[in-house]
Amino acid sequence: MVVGIDATERTDALFHALADPTRRDILAVVLQESHSVSDLARRYPISFAAVHKHVGALERAGLVTKTRHGREQRVSGEVATLRTVHGLLDDLEGLWRGRIDRIEQVLAQPTERAPR
Amino acid sequence: MTVISVVKDAEARTLTITSRFDAPIGRVWQVWSDPRQLERWWGPPMYPATVMEHDLAPGGTVTYYMTGPDGERHGGWFRVRAADPPRSLELDAGVADADGTPLPGAASAVIRVALSELDGAGTQMIVTAAWASDEAMAEMLATGMEDGMTAAAGQIDELLGPPTQT
Repeated sequence: MVVGIDATERTDALFHALADPTRRDILAVVLQESHSVSDLARRYPISFAAVHKHVGALERAGLVTKTRHGREQRVSGEVATLRTVHGLLDDLEGLWRGRIDRIEQVLAQPTERAPR
Repeated sequence: MTVISVVKDAEARTLTITSRFDAPIGRVWQVWSDPRQLERWWGPPMYPATVMEHDLAPGGTVTYYMTGPDGERHGGWFRVRAADPPRSLELDAGVADADGTPLPGAASAVIRVALSELDGAGTQMIVTAAWASDEAMAEMLATGMEDGMTAAAGQIDELLGPPTQT
């Protein structure tokens, strides 16, 4: 398994993409069903260009893909990429579970200072 | 069981982990407020932490490094956003170089700690860890991402549903 700058940049792009509530909403919508950018633009009180930009950020993060259907491009969610975020959360959970176990060990040992 | 609930919200990049300890609230606060105790649990067993600067007052800074199996050092820091001993603590966390000097860039995570007394005896600790979109954190998590890429397929409904609870 090669862990390098590519993974770093991709993780960065993921975080960036998911940091915005509109992008999270677009993602939730296209995970259910693919939509054209114009469909999406009608759902939000922002310009077509702004929606297009959000879709671009999601695409760079690998969270959505665009496929051409005739004259329109349809946007679909990539479940596999979202799953990687879950993988990161699982890792973070493992880290904190370890910390909590160790806190319990620290608490079990007597300290010089009296507890408050 | 010490950990009583874990809530993961992938879209908000947030983990909320609730645990209970059989110790008074002031005693649990000490694991954060006493640098010698903090360094006994912060780093994983193979990466013990050494805390250098430690000021948990609002605006204060904590710097530390973790020493890996080959002697390599991984630095980190907290900036105290808010502190209300022994009940709550809010920290920006980030990555530092081996000397504890913060690396350029914003904080990589926000950690909120809430302690409360349980009826009878014992203390509940709720830790909420949220990632900021920061390159340094991404680097730390790159391995996890690669693992996630190769993980077996899970339930799509679970991914689309509300925050998972285990």
